[in-house]
Amino acid sequence: MTMEFDYDINGGDFSRAGFASSHLKKILKQVNIDPKLIKKIVIALYEAEVNIVAHAYEGHIHVIIEPEAIRIEVKDRGPGIEDIDQAMEDGYSTASEEVREMGFGAGMGLSNIRNNADDLEINSTVNEGTELVIVKKLH
Amino acid sequence: MSTQTFHHALKIQEDICIGCSHCMNVCPTGALRVMGGKAKLSAERCVDCGECYRVCPVGAITVEQDDFSRVFDFKHSVVLIPEILFGQFPEDVDRNLIKDSLEQIGFSEVVEIEHAAAILKDTTRDYLHRSEQERPLISAFCPAVVRLIQVKFPALVDHVILQKPPLDITAMYYRKKLEDDGIHPDDIGIFYVTQCAAKIAAIKSPVGETHSYIDGVINLDYLYNKVYSTIKTKKEPIGEVRDETDEELSPEGVLWSLTHGEADQNEGRCLAIDGIHNVIEFLEKVENEEMSSVDFLELRACDESCAGGILNPANRFLTVERLRNRSREQEKLVQQGRPVSTGITGYRQYLVENLSLKPVAPRSIMKLDEDMTRALKKMRRMKDLMNTLPGVDCGVCGAPSCSDLAEDIVNNKANLRDCIFIQRNYEKKNLQRPDESFDIMRRIWGDKKLKGDS
Repeated sequence: MTMEFDYDINGGDFSRAGFASSHLKKILKQVNIDPKLIKKIVIALYEAEVNIVAHAYEGHIHVIIEPEAIRIEVKDRGPGIEDIDQAMEDGYSTASEEVREMGFGAGMGLSNIRNNADDLEINSTVNEGTELVIVKKLH
Repeated sequence: MSTQTFHHALKIQEDICIGCSHCMNVCPTGALRVMGGKAKLSAERCVDCGECYRVCPVGAITVEQDDFSRVFDFKHSVVLIPEILFGQFPEDVDRNLIKDSLEQIGFSEVVEIEHAAAILKDTTRDYLHRSEQERPLISAFCPAVVRLIQVKFPALVDHVILQKPPLDITAMYYRKKLEDDGIHPDDIGIFYVTQCAAKIAAIKSPVGETHSYIDGVINLDYLYNKVYSTIKTKKEPIGEVRDETDEELSPEGVLWSLTHGEADQNEGRCLAIDGIHNVIEFLEKVENEEMSSVDFLELRACDESCAGGILNPANRFLTVERLRNRSREQEKLVQQGRPVSTGITGYRQYLVENLSLKPVAPRSIMKLDEDMTRALKKMRRMKDLMNTLPGVDCGVCGAPSCSDLAEDIVNNKANLRDCIFIQRNYEKKNLQRPDESFDIMRRIWGDKKLKGDS
């Protein structure tokens, strides 16, 4: 038994950042997942949403809920990441001044995702886009 | 499965209810349905916020209270009054006259609840410094908010500050004081005047406490009428000033139950949010960790906090104005060197030792099933149902929205045929006769609404 949900995210639409994570949060509460795990999943997804909004032109999030794990596939069309290891460091950010003024771009995004997930896979091509696969085990 | 029942102060009087569904449409936790032409309340979901009480056009929703005659069962009947009570009366009604009237109608002592601010002001600051709980810390002041967090935001229960609210602290203080004065515990009766249903529910089934310190609850509107008629029949001219010997309340104590009353007393980044829908919207953000570095949240279910309590007869904005004026007067007294809340501060150590609440337990109303695989199946069925249902949220099925109906269906509490759009569809396909549809409507809305002209 699985459930799948899809979300389209527009780059630059900060006002909607958090829509997918709020929606998924409600679903996870309904399927009776431990609130502590929900929190971690929601934080990881929110960071992924903000990453698309702050850096990419557009993106798509595909969530698969299974009794064993939650899998979040994030794919965006955007500038890509030049140095993934550097991007994973706490506090490293390429966000513009404008984005930072809005309270985003603190450079904690990817490391926050990694810290809240059991598994994080990143593939990125410069000038094309970035793909993340985030996995959170439920047991 | 938990079999615990939750006490609710809000009751639906079925003989008065006309099944208009107004209450169902405003309930922030989806606790109401219409069945048999009457509103039905779910005990698990209700948080006693009182939004339904505000909109009921016929007064079918009532707030239970204890029999007033219980006041006479005790040698020492203490009434704990919120500052809000004074704010109900026009400026020309002197507060000493109000206190006198309370004594005339049967109370031996009148104590202002917000003296507890003298204790809580310091303990909360301390708490914020030393607590290792996750930020932001959330005040336990408003019992409707605590219950809301339990049922709708179970991941946030660990954010609640585990300190008793002012009411309990003042009750503890005064009971102890009378006992220290040599009065037998059985002779002490402590009564609370409430402006809302949530505080009654909290007293009758407390969260995080083993028992309550209150012997009885009196609704503010009831007491307001009793006090006002006593004042009106008095011989003395209104406004006569009695020699004030009672202890004074601090300026911040006066404002404690208003919006910002707590938040303004704490250090760090403190926010005050009032109105249950605003509180829900904000807690969603807290749950997503969309904001960092907020230290303290004062969350109140009513618009304008306790000034907007459902049992208050006066306009909330006038009440706020009166309390603000009063606070400024108290400020002057303090500047003149007048001591405030001296009685309760004498019991500081005892109160601080007995201040803690037990951790607040989550009791989610969101889950579709305890078992995750079954919950996933139900979720999938709900998703399919949502594609079938019209999505107009008309409420004709007796549930507030199509998604609520879908949830009721997967939990075997309703049928797809309860939806009027589905009924029309089935009739057209000859899957259901009009008289069958009629019977469904009658089951939901009762005989009366379907009589028509004939």
